[in-house]
Amino acid sequence: MTATSDREQMAYVSAQAADARVNVELDTGDMTLNIGPQHPATHGTLRIACQLDGEQVVVAEPIMGYMHRGYEKLCEVRTYPQCTTLINRIDWLGSFANEVPFILAAERLMEVEAPPRAQWIRTILFELSRIANLALFLGDMGVQIGALTPVFFAFRDRERVLNQIEEVTGGRFHPNFDRIGGLKDDIPKGWVEETRSVMEKMRTFCDEMEDLLVGNEIFQARCRGVGVIPPEVALGYGLSGANLRASGVDWDLRRDANPGLAWDQVDWRVWTHPDGDSFARYWVRLQETREATRIVDQLLDGIPSGPIMAKVPRIIKVPAGEAYISTENPLGEMGYYVVSKGDLGPFRVKIRTPSFNNISIVPWVMKGVYVPDVITILGSLYFILGDIDR
Amino acid sequence: MTSLLALPYWQETGIKLGLALAVIPTTSLILVYLFLFKMMAFMQSRLGPNDTGPYGSLQLIAEAIKFLQKEDIHPEQADRRVFRMAPVVVLASTFLLYVVLPAGPDAIVQNLDTGVFYAMAVSSLSVLGILMAGWASANKYALLGGLRAAGQLIAYELPLILAVMGVVIQAETLNLQDIVVAQATGEIFGFGAIGNPFILTQFIAFLIFMIAAQAELTQTPFDMPVAETELVGGFHIEYTGFRFLLFFMAEFGTAFAFAALASVMFLGGWWIPGFEVDDNILNVLGPGVMLGKILLVAFFIFWVRFTYPRLREDQLQKFAWKVLIPLSLANIVLTGIFKVVF
Repeated sequence: MTATSDREQMAYVSAQAADARVNVELDTGDMTLNIGPQHPATHGTLRIACQLDGEQVVVAEPIMGYMHRGYEKLCEVRTYPQCTTLINRIDWLGSFANEVPFILAAERLMEVEAPPRAQWIRTILFELSRIANLALFLGDMGVQIGALTPVFFAFRDRERVLNQIEEVTGGRFHPNFDRIGGLKDDIPKGWVEETRSVMEKMRTFCDEMEDLLVGNEIFQARCRGVGVIPPEVALGYGLSGANLRASGVDWDLRRDANPGLAWDQVDWRVWTHPDGDSFARYWVRLQETREATRIVDQLLDGIPSGPIMAKVPRIIKVPAGEAYISTENPLGEMGYYVVSKGDLGPFRVKIRTPSFNNISIVPWVMKGVYVPDVITILGSLYFILGDIDR
Repeated sequence: MTSLLALPYWQETGIKLGLALAVIPTTSLILVYLFLFKMMAFMQSRLGPNDTGPYGSLQLIAEAIKFLQKEDIHPEQADRRVFRMAPVVVLASTFLLYVVLPAGPDAIVQNLDTGVFYAMAVSSLSVLGILMAGWASANKYALLGGLRAAGQLIAYELPLILAVMGVVIQAETLNLQDIVVAQATGEIFGFGAIGNPFILTQFIAFLIFMIAAQAELTQTPFDMPVAETELVGGFHIEYTGFRFLLFFMAEFGTAFAFAALASVMFLGGWWIPGFEVDDNILNVLGPGVMLGKILLVAFFIFWVRFTYPRLREDQLQKFAWKVLIPLSLANIVLTGIFKVVF
């Protein structure tokens, strides 16, 4: 080699080294941001560990278990009627809807069937708790995106529905009203008319939300195209409920696998949206709330007469066997797999909660989004923390 | 300009400074009470304070006492000196802004010839404090908030200044008093009874100014630096007690000041139709007129705040660079052409 080429080579190497140095200096490195467990957007104690590059999420991992209460284990040391108290507290916004699949599973094992009147009232209360639950979502989504006002409207109007639930069951949040073989009590006098007017008000509330949020350009800019979940991915992650329907999958357990409640007696439809983004999830839930008010209206017209309790022994002993019943709860598919050995209480209860599966898609859907989008996606996936950590 | 009274310079300055010191907390209290307590409660169908004092007005004092009681916490990793200075810097920029706000022919702390320039420069000082707070808190959320605020300022200072340029070209002065006089003595096609408030001729500039001010004040839909639901308060996440109160006062004090700037530059300021521009009675009536106009402008600021969701940071930048800045440049060109033609 000549001296010239040596010098050239040296110059090349040093230039490379200088470049490399600059690149190392400009490489900012990732920052770990813990969203939660005490963060308002996780409405509870969910923690999402995000690796950030600037404001962009590289990896997001949901970490749950901060509120694990061991309900599956606790159910094993309780009698069947006592279990509903715990089950009420899983998805605390739609409590009555939680009780139904468990009670239905126990009824199937005992081979009892609740009388038609009880089934109708169950369905009405089920849909009322769906409305109460989803109404809060419709307002809360606004807060996640920065609009303060909708959530106060939601709390105001949800209270009307809760009042109706309270009038029948005596409990605003935790009714504990469903019994094996029927219901604890009949509906009070004048309740049907009141509920009808409340349903009218809830439809007005849905219109308000449509005006305030759905039609808002900023809301659309924040939600459209954010957190898109294609149908096959949604099915692969076991998503259920409105999250799945917003991805265009026409799937609803109320229609597809009705476990004996009165949904097949009324005229209603399943709403889907082809987009699969946050906006679609909001839209589907809005339509579902409307549809639920219509279902309640129709059910109120045709409550059959008769007893509200089937003949069941005073001390409930469930014969040995296994049963799995799942229903379309406000958040998605909620199922109870009950194993009985013929005792006063269940031998084993496996609870399949919708939020647990819905939140499992977080690492997939949050790749490459911005920090504000993390909140939008979390809000639109809509989970209840008690439903994740039961 | 004639002096207020025949007082020595230091006495006059002392009185004015004292007034300004009293005015700023009062104005932010007015805004908090009227808009944050009462209007927001009305809009969101919840009860505003109504038991503490007449119409709940004493609630403000209760809130202030609450803040004074709180423990003053420094994060362990915080840069203590910078952490303590930050709220003061933010509030100082608010105080400096009040220096040039005219409320009457003589009711002004200092009548600067470059008043508009000064106001724009001083208002952007606050972001320095916000960056300091974001950095010194040693908190990732605070840091994100501080950096967002800095990015937002660069994006929105430009349309703000460019929007004001239209007014400056039309009034041919940077002096805020002279801008009021120019509006008072102006004519609309020979009809001069109500003067010529620049909102009529500079309506685009007014809109851009209001949007940019909204971003400058970090009010929804541009409140990403604060963003309660994602950054949990952003740059002031680690502040407690009185230091937080300083941020809070600065926020509303600046909102008041920007509303005042808007009413001076676009709505005719303190002048009342039918009076001579240098009528001495305007020193008494002017502040009242100004207050009315400011509350009107502030109403719009807070109305938007309570109605709209929040944009994302990149969407905001796009909006500023692709929409507001070209629009305001076009406005300047148009204003220049009309100025030459007429």
